[in-house]
Amino acid sequence: MSAMDLDAPVSIAPQVKGEQTNATILCCNCGAPIDGTISAGALCYDCVKTTVDVSQGIQREATLHFCRDCDRWLLPPGSWIVAARESRELLALCLKKLRGLHKVRIIDASFIWTEPHSRREKVKLTIQDSVSEGVVLQQSFEVEYVVAYQQCPDCAKSYTANTWRACVQVRQKVPHKRTFLFLEQLILKHSAHKDTINIKEVKDGLDFYYSARNQAEKFVDFLTSVTPVRSKKSQELISMDIHTSTSSYKFTFSVELVPICKDDLVALPIKLAKQTGNILPLGLCYRVGTSVNILDPSTLQTADISTPIYWRAPFLSLANVTELTEFIVMDIEPTGAQKGKWLLAEATVARASDLGSNDRTYYTRTHLGNILHPGDSVMGYMLTGTNFNSPQFDALEESNNYSSQIPDVMLVKKFYARKKKSKVRNWRLKRMNRDDGDLLPKKADQEKMDKDYEMFLRDVEEDTELRATMALYKAQQQAKKEADEMSVVETEDGEDETPKIDMDELLDEFDELNVKDNL
Amino acid sequence: MAVRAQFENSNEVGVFATLTNSYALVAVGASENFYSVFEAELADVIPITHATIAGTRIIGRLTAGNKKGLLVPTSTTDQELQHLRNSLPDGVKIQLFQSVQREDGLTRPMEKQRIEERLSALGNVIVSNDHVALVHPDLERETEEIIADVLGVEVFRQTIADNVLVGSYMALSNQGGIVHPKTSIQDQDELSSLLQVPLVAGSVNRGSSVVGAGMVVNDWLAVTGLDTTATELSVVESVFRLGEGQGAGAINTTHKDTMVESFY
Repeated sequence: MSAMDLDAPVSIAPQVKGEQTNATILCCNCGAPIDGTISAGALCYDCVKTTVDVSQGIQREATLHFCRDCDRWLLPPGSWIVAARESRELLALCLKKLRGLHKVRIIDASFIWTEPHSRREKVKLTIQDSVSEGVVLQQSFEVEYVVAYQQCPDCAKSYTANTWRACVQVRQKVPHKRTFLFLEQLILKHSAHKDTINIKEVKDGLDFYYSARNQAEKFVDFLTSVTPVRSKKSQELISMDIHTSTSSYKFTFSVELVPICKDDLVALPIKLAKQTGNILPLGLCYRVGTSVNILDPSTLQTADISTPIYWRAPFLSLANVTELTEFIVMDIEPTGAQKGKWLLAEATVARASDLGSNDRTYYTRTHLGNILHPGDSVMGYMLTGTNFNSPQFDALEESNNYSSQIPDVMLVKKFYARKKKSKVRNWRLKRMNRDDGDLLPKKADQEKMDKDYEMFLRDVEEDTELRATMALYKAQQQAKKEADEMSVVETEDGEDETPKIDMDELLDEFDELNVKDNL
Repeated sequence: MAVRAQFENSNEVGVFATLTNSYALVAVGASENFYSVFEAELADVIPITHATIAGTRIIGRLTAGNKKGLLVPTSTTDQELQHLRNSLPDGVKIQLFQSVQREDGLTRPMEKQRIEERLSALGNVIVSNDHVALVHPDLERETEEIIADVLGVEVFRQTIADNVLVGSYMALSNQGGIVHPKTSIQDQDELSSLLQVPLVAGSVNRGSSVVGAGMVVNDWLAVTGLDTTATELSVVESVFRLGEGQGAGAINTTHKDTMVESFY
C-alpha cells in the first residue's frame, strides 16, 4: 500500500491544508492558494523558504586561533580562554566570532562532531528572522571553523629569553644545599613562586625571574618574613624615551641568606656574645628562623641574633653537619636543669671510631639528656685536636675568660641507625621545577645533591618543629605498602629506631604539574 | 488580453501610463518600447497619447480617468493641458484641479474649473471604472462632486486593506478588480457590492502589493510589469475577463457597448 501511495500523482504546488478556508490569494510563485492577510509578499511559506535566505550576511567560515603550548583559545581582541572541544565555552567563542549574528535570533547552536586532527570545528546553527511584518522564517545552517595555531603572548614570552623585568638572586655561601631545600618547601607551602617566570639554579643559590618588579618585591618580602636575609636592590636602564620621559629598567634583588645553618657549630665574636645575654661565645645553632638562635649546651642558655645585628659583625660557622663525628654514650647523668624539651645532662662519651682501639673517653655537658641513654650513638663535634681556621675561635682561645670553657666535645643530635641507604618513606615532598642552568650537573655534583637531599629528609623526619613549617604528602599507594612491609621487617630486626612520621600529619596527594616523584 | 511591459527598467507600469476604455496616456520615455506595447494592442481602437504632467513622467499617478473624463492636477501646465485636449477624443471631459473660486457651481464640458485639492496625486487617491469611483477618505467635498461630474460616476470614500491610497492598491475595470493581497474576504465582499464587479485579492510584479501602480487595465487589455509571474497574470486575466474568448476577439460581442459608445 505504501508503494501505491508513493506512486500517486502529487501536485507540484504544496497543498496548504487547514488554511483552505482562509485562502484569499494565490502564491505569486507557485500558485498555491494561501491566506493573503498573513503571507509575506504574496508568497507561500515554502516559496519564502526557498527564495529568502535569512542567514545572508552571516559568515559560513571563520577562523579560531588556538595556542598549542597552553591549550587556550583566542577570544578577540586580546584575551585567551581555556575551553575543551565541544564545550559550552568554545561554543560561545564560536558564536562570538560570527559577524552578522546579532541581527537575527539564535534558536539553537550545537557542535557537529569532527575528527580532532582535522583542525576543523563545525557548528550547526538555527536562526530566526522576520522576512516581512509578521512572517518569521527559521533556518538551519552549518558554519565551519578552521583552527589556526597562534602562540599566545604569554607563551611567546616564556619561550623568549630576556623577557624578565626583575630577578631575585638568593644566595647562601655554604657548601651544602639544605637551606635551599628547606626554602623550597617553604616557598611551595606558601605558593610564593606563583608569579615566577623561571627558576634557575646557580652556584650557591637560586635565581627567581619575574615579569614585573612588584612581583619580585613581593617575593623578597616573603623571604624576609621567613628567613634571615639581607637584600640589596639594583637597577639597570634598558631604554629611555626622552620625549615621554618613560624609561624601562631591569631590577635585580640580591638576597643573601645568613651562612649559618641548623646544627652548625658557631663561635660568636666575644663582643657580640657579651651583648646578647653574656652567653658563652661557643655554641650550637639550634634553629634558623627570621633570626639565628644560638644554644650553649653546657648551660642551656640561648641567644637570639637578629639579622641586622648579625650583618653588623658577620661570622661564619666553625663546623657544619658534614663534620659531625659519631660518639657512643658511655654514661649520662641529668643535672636537673631543664628548658623546653632540653634536659641538661653530664655525659661521658667515646668516639665510635676509638672503640676497640683505645679507652679514651670525653666528658661533656649536653642538652640531650632527655633522649640519650648509655650505649646510644650520638653525633657531635670534636673540638679537641681540631684546628678551626676562624678569627673568632682564635680570639676565644686567647681569651683568659673563655679559653678554659671550651669543651672537648659538643654533642648535637642523636644518631639513628638506618639500615638501608635508600629507605622507602611513606611520605614525600613536592619539588619545584627549575632550570639547572647551562651545564648539566656532573656526576659528583649529582651525588652530592642526592646526599644533601637525603640529609634534609632525615632532618625532616627527626625534627617535628621543622616539619610543622612545610607540607608533607602521602606517598603513592605502592610505596606506602612497601614501606609498611619494610617497617615490619625492620622492627623484627630491632635495629632501626628511626622516628616515623604519623600518617595523620601527611596531606593527601594531589596532582600538580610541578610535582615530581623524588623517591 | 494581458501583456507584460517595462518602462525604462521599471515594472511599475501604472505609474507611467493611464489606460481607459476611450484613450490611453503614455509617458514620454527615452525609447518607444513602452509606447509600442500599447500601440500594438490599441492602435486601431483608441487614441494613445504621449503626455507629461507638470513636466514629469509619472502621469499614471498624477491623473485619474475613465472613458468619460480625465482629472489632472493643478500643476499641469497650460501647454500640457492644451495637448491633452487636442489629443483626447471629443466628449472626454478634462478637469484641472486648481484653487480658484467657482462661479456657478456647475461644471461645463472642457472648461477649466478650479478647485482646492491638497491631495494632488490623483492616480493614488482615485480609482474608478466607467460607473463607480473609490476615493481617498480625506478628499475635499468639492473634489468628490467634481469627480462625480467629470467622470460620471458614483463616488465612495473607502480604504483598501486599511490603506487610504485606494488608487495605488486597487486596479479596476468594468469587468472586475484586483485589490491589495492583504485585503480580507469581508472587505472584498463589501467593496465588491459597492462596485458591482467581482473583486479578487492579488499581487503583480512578483508579489508587489501596489497593484494599482503595478498595472493598467481597461475592459479588453491589461498591461503589467515584466516581473509579473504566470500565476499573477492568470489571476489578472481571469478577474478582468481578458482570457481567450473574452479579450480583444470579443470586442464585437461583450465589449460592443463600450466600443460603440467611445466611437460615436
